[in-house]
Amino acid sequence: MASAQHGQDHYYVPESSPWPIVAMISALLMVFGLALWINAVGLGAWIFFGGFILLAVMFYGWFSDVVRENLSNVYNAQVSRSFRQGMFWFIASEVFFFLSFFGALFYLRTIALPWLGGEGYLAMTHHLLYSGFEAVWPTAGPQPTAGEFEAMGAWGIPALNTAILLSSGATLTWAHWALKKNDQKQLIWGLIATVVLGLIFVGFQAYEYIHAYRDLNLTLEQGIYGSTFFMLTGFHGFHVIVGAIMLLAVLGRAIKGHFSPHNHFAFEAAAWYWHFVDVVWLALFVFVYWL
Amino acid sequence: MLATKRSRSGSLLAAALAVTGFGATAAADEVQRWGVNFPPPASTTAQEIYDIHMLTMGIATILLVIIFAVVIYSLIVHRKSRGYPADQHFHETWFGRWSWVFVPVMVLGVDLTIAGAAQKTLERVWVVPQDQPLLDVKVIGHQWYWEFVYLDHDVKIESRFVPKEEAGIHYLREVDNRLVLPTHQRVRFLHTASDVLHAFWVPELAVKKDAIPGYVTETWVNLTREGVFRGQCAELCGTWHARMPIVVEGVSQERFDAWIEEQKQVKLAALAEATAEREWDKDELMARGERLYNTMCAACHQVDGSGMPPAFPAIRGSAVATGPIPRHMEVVLKGVPGTAMAAWNSLNDLEIASIITYQRNAWGNDTGDVVQPSDVNAAR
Amino acid sequence: MTTATHAHADHEHHGPPSGLKRWLFSTNHKDIGTMYLVFALIMLFLGGASAMVIRAELFMPGLQLVQPDLYNNLVTNHALIMIFGAVMPAAAGLANWMIPLMIGAPDMALPRMNNLSFWILPAAALMLILSFVVPFFPGGGTQINTGWTLYPPLSLQVGMSMDFLIFAIHLLGVSSVLASINIIVTIFNMRAPGLRMMQLPIFVWAWLVTAFLLILVVPVLAAGVTMLLFDRHFGTSFFIAAGGGDPVLFQHLFWFFGHPEVYILILPSLGVLASILPTFSRKPLFGHHSLVGAMIAIAALGMIVWAHHQYTVGMSLAAVKYFMIMTILISIPVGLIIFNYMMTMWRGAMTFETPMLFTVAIILMFSFGGLTGVMLAVVPADMQYHDSMFVVAHFHYVLLPGAVWGLFAGVFYWLPKWTGHMYDEKLAKTFFWLHVVSFNITFFPQHFIGLAGMPRRIVDYNVMFTEFNMISSVGAFFFGISHLLFLYIIIKTVRGGEKAKARAWESAQGLEWEVESPPPHHTWTTPPTIKTA
Ligand code: HEA
Ligand code: HEA
Ligand code: HEC
Ligand code: CUA
Ligand SMILES: [Cu+2]
Repeated sequence: MASAQHGQDHYYVPESSPWPIVAMISALLMVFGLALWINAVGLGAWIFFGGFILLAVMFYGWFSDVVRENLSNVYNAQVSRSFRQGMFWFIASEVFFFLSFFGALFYLRTIALPWLGGEGYLAMTHHLLYSGFEAVWPTAGPQPTAGEFEAMGAWGIPALNTAILLSSGATLTWAHWALKKNDQKQLIWGLIATVVLGLIFVGFQAYEYIHAYRDLNLTLEQGIYGSTFFMLTGFHGFHVIVGAIMLLAVLGRAIKGHFSPHNHFAFEAAAWYWHFVDVVWLALFVFVYWL
Repeated sequence: MLATKRSRSGSLLAAALAVTGFGATAAADEVQRWGVNFPPPASTTAQEIYDIHMLTMGIATILLVIIFAVVIYSLIVHRKSRGYPADQHFHETWFGRWSWVFVPVMVLGVDLTIAGAAQKTLERVWVVPQDQPLLDVKVIGHQWYWEFVYLDHDVKIESRFVPKEEAGIHYLREVDNRLVLPTHQRVRFLHTASDVLHAFWVPELAVKKDAIPGYVTETWVNLTREGVFRGQCAELCGTWHARMPIVVEGVSQERFDAWIEEQKQVKLAALAEATAEREWDKDELMARGERLYNTMCAACHQVDGSGMPPAFPAIRGSAVATGPIPRHMEVVLKGVPGTAMAAWNSLNDLEIASIITYQRNAWGNDTGDVVQPSDVNAAR
Repeated sequence: MTTATHAHADHEHHGPPSGLKRWLFSTNHKDIGTMYLVFALIMLFLGGASAMVIRAELFMPGLQLVQPDLYNNLVTNHALIMIFGAVMPAAAGLANWMIPLMIGAPDMALPRMNNLSFWILPAAALMLILSFVVPFFPGGGTQINTGWTLYPPLSLQVGMSMDFLIFAIHLLGVSSVLASINIIVTIFNMRAPGLRMMQLPIFVWAWLVTAFLLILVVPVLAAGVTMLLFDRHFGTSFFIAAGGGDPVLFQHLFWFFGHPEVYILILPSLGVLASILPTFSRKPLFGHHSLVGAMIAIAALGMIVWAHHQYTVGMSLAAVKYFMIMTILISIPVGLIIFNYMMTMWRGAMTFETPMLFTVAIILMFSFGGLTGVMLAVVPADMQYHDSMFVVAHFHYVLLPGAVWGLFAGVFYWLPKWTGHMYDEKLAKTFFWLHVVSFNITFFPQHFIGLAGMPRRIVDYNVMFTEFNMISSVGAFFFGISHLLFLYIIIKTVRGGEKAKARAWESAQGLEWEVESPPPHHTWTTPPTIKTA
């Protein structure tokens, strides 16, 4: 059966690899540690960070293997297609993760809140339980527990951040053009600019959080406004950080000259991811900050 | 198969087992043993729901019979051992080529029949009709008892499960205070809960609605006959979910009015007693406390005060119940947020004083403390 | 190994690596498939053990064996273990084994990630088991007494074990999403040259649709339990009315996942049947294209009907009407599938080996379960059925005949391929009859007690429900024992038996029957040539 076939038309099935099992162990340590940590039990935090370090090692090792295989030219067009499609569907699943949070925001704001305020099908709720409550967004709910707060405006830092993230998308595309015409220098500068813009974004975001907590009394405890605001922006921020790390790795490889106009899956994967994070931000800007 | 075979096979089985003496022990007075279908409806909506249930079950039965018939015929006839030659081109006949059109159309027809009938029923039972005066009953689910408030009459009753010795054959479907409702009068239930989700369900009335903490949902009934109708909490609400029976007593309007009047008197008397300016002595408080504790607190903390750790702490020897009184009062009045321990501030001063006194002196908690209603009032 | 590459083209190995490394580090779809199947079998026994305790407790009224919280915890982990630990991994095991063989691919598209998807499962199982065990330790908090639906606010009251469970669900989600990505990419990108999508076996199509469903809905569950975690520990109020949240929001998120999930469980099994039926009816599958269409329709409709699990939460008339009609309409594609299967048997020359016996039983019993599903979909009637034992009866009739038996049928059908041995037909038939008869004794009476008014998830019940519960429990014990026979048959077949031919069943069609039984470690390193009809 297994007649030896050589060359480009041949699908590459990797030899056995230790990394998946390492990944599993690191994931297990992280969730186990986290479960203990949030309950203030024992060595939770340490176990979590142990798992995290292992995770970093795993990613490094796993991707080093992939890079090595790639550089030794064992992949063919079909393998590269597999990688691309895999990344595409991964992002699709992420889209649905974010959609659930947007869905929750939509539900709480336009369905549940009117009920609490005495409109629609469950209007008796208002009548019997919260007769003094007026349903206006932003709100911390009919029985707030954490005092007054101010909502986050859209036209200060958030608008600026929108511009920053959009420009980072542009610089990334600029880098991609460079890659296509094999302009090493422009590629590197494009990537650097993108990463720097990404980091500025994260910095502003961190500043905004501090501002929220310190000056606006806007915290996670501020009912549904605080909950949805921090969860949506928080998960987005986390994705920006992940995307920036991916771009950094790509930058490193670009500097080493790994990419060619026809072979740069890693670049494209990171770029797709970055654009996805970009689009999520636009939705955030509209639905969380603006409207 | 469903409609007919269901009841028939049920009674066949019942007969067969009864003959062998399997289980058939307690004589069933009101209990409808071997129930295989909905109990006889006792409200207008229940009747409608019963009818739509029988209709869909009938349709399902017919469909199932057809499927069984076709498959069994095929199994008998189209087998290799009988030398039946496989028809290799069956899927290429006009039947094979067009079945993807006409099968869905046929199924759609049945679907629309069901959905159409269901919609009509739905429109009649779903929305609470507002064209006639309603008797409003607020239904509050607690872990693990029901509270019913007759909003128009300012009467409130609490309804708890009663232990096996008292309930007998109705164990888990019997309560201390029944929900009394008049017949031929539209009643609106306004459901809510104080802690977790519960669901109010009485099969004879065919109402089931979730009681959601912080929201109010509605259902309505119009009782068509007098009688005692038993149901249970139908949404998992924690440890004693199985011990939240609901018993509705349908009575005539006159008896209902009399009953309401009686409840009002009882309430006034209790209020007068609780606010009476007087010092209570320990024995009195202990006696009242024991009774109240056993009905209200023992579901979790147990009659002997031993609790059910880790879910429910023991009161016997508890640091709170043997420590400073203010802390003890705070736990009882404010509850412990995020746990099943509710705030019991709807009890009156006398009730709380007696429960706390009882907890501090029973089962070897010999603190000797006596808490007076005035102390409770001050701590509120 | 298809590692005949430029890097080391000179030395080629054909066999698997030896020892533990073969399994821990595997990149081979057959080995990974085997691990999935073994894992699923272990989990079936674990989940079944919980079910046995449940049935033993329900044998009589009164509290005999377990305390209420422990009972509810058993119900919770029974459901989670069965669904996430047994059925889904078993289906993934079949996918791993069969899809590459069926489409002429040398392996899955992303073999290392394939290994990761499997190995996350034992980690998740460990977290799941810990969530059950933790409350028994001092300081471990309370038991998970919420049922598998984890509805808040009850799930906010539970102690630390709930966090273990939430993280277990995250891990399970990661595993399923990665596995689904792999399956989709394999099917799109790894088909043998000339094999067009519409020529793919229905099993492959079924898994393709399933994988899409998984990618779309599992992240929603992950998001839902993440919000739960934040409500529990970080002060948010997604599900707390006082802060403007709504406990019902969690139900929407859960069932947006949960309803498609039931089709995730059923579709691979329905796909298996499409392989078995033509073989034992000795004629081509009836309505190949419409089966593909029906499965896509099930997935599409399945995504927009979730709230039929929440008819009692207080939705508006318009909302319940919409969900009712959409739910009822699912009977169209499912009915079409059942019809096509019946017509595949019709005018065939049938023989009744065990896989075929199971298939026939599935067509009959699953239809029954599906029809009670349509009854449940009718809103006014569901006012009565909801959260009663009638629902329990419904979903065991679809889950066991639909999902589990389909997997059993697939196991019997392909066991000769995997092991190279024919299983013991006589024993297998004994197993079949014991299994199917005791199944019906177990779950049929539950319809009655449900209609008569017994809620589900109660540890203790009124005497009026005694008799049918007793029958059900007795049936369940026989049903449980039948699994031991199943295990015995499997072990016996793995260890020996009549040698299986490459084409183990005389008229089996499909690429998987072109390779030897058992297949060599690496198959289709040279893609087969597909002759286009
Ligand atoms: C494999 C799993 C599976 C499958 C396939 C199904 C299939 C269906 N289910 Fe079921 N269901 C569950 C698993 C499943 N279910 C589970 C686990 C629960 C409970 C969860 C919990 O609460 O814990 C549940 C609960 C559940 C409920 C909620 C009940 C309640 O809690 O009140 C409802 C309500 O609509 C429902 C409906 C349906 C319908 C309409 C189908 C349809 O897909 C069925 C379609 C099939 C047929 C109809 C039969 C074949 C068709 C024909 C023969 C054609 C002719 C038919 C007609 C014209 C009608 N299911
Ligand atoms: C694929 C999913 C799946 C499967 C396969 C099963 C299989 C079984 N289930 Fe299921 N069950 C669910 C999914 C499933 N269940 C779900 C989703 C719920 C709802 C949970 C909730 O409410 O939250 C539920 C709830 C549920 C209840 C309701 C509990 C309640 O509401 O109070 C009951 C009660 O009878 C029950 C019984 C059984 C039985 C007897 C089996 C049997 O098929 C099990 C048979 C298998 C074995 C027994 C294992 C193998 C054999 C041995 C271990 C040998 C030892 C044998 C003996 C000692 C006799 N299950
Ligand atoms: C629904 C269950 C439930 C009921 C009913 C209940 N409790 Fe509790 N109780 C709890 C729980 C749970 C705790 C533990 C809270 C915690 O984690 O600190 C508790 C704690 C307490 C404590 C503190 C004990 C300690 O050592 O920490 C006291 C005192 C108490 N309850 C009194 C009462 C009284 C009085 C009543 C009746 C009027 C009552 N409880 C009814 C569940 C309940
Ligand atoms: Cu209250 Cu169940
Ligand atoms: Cu569903």
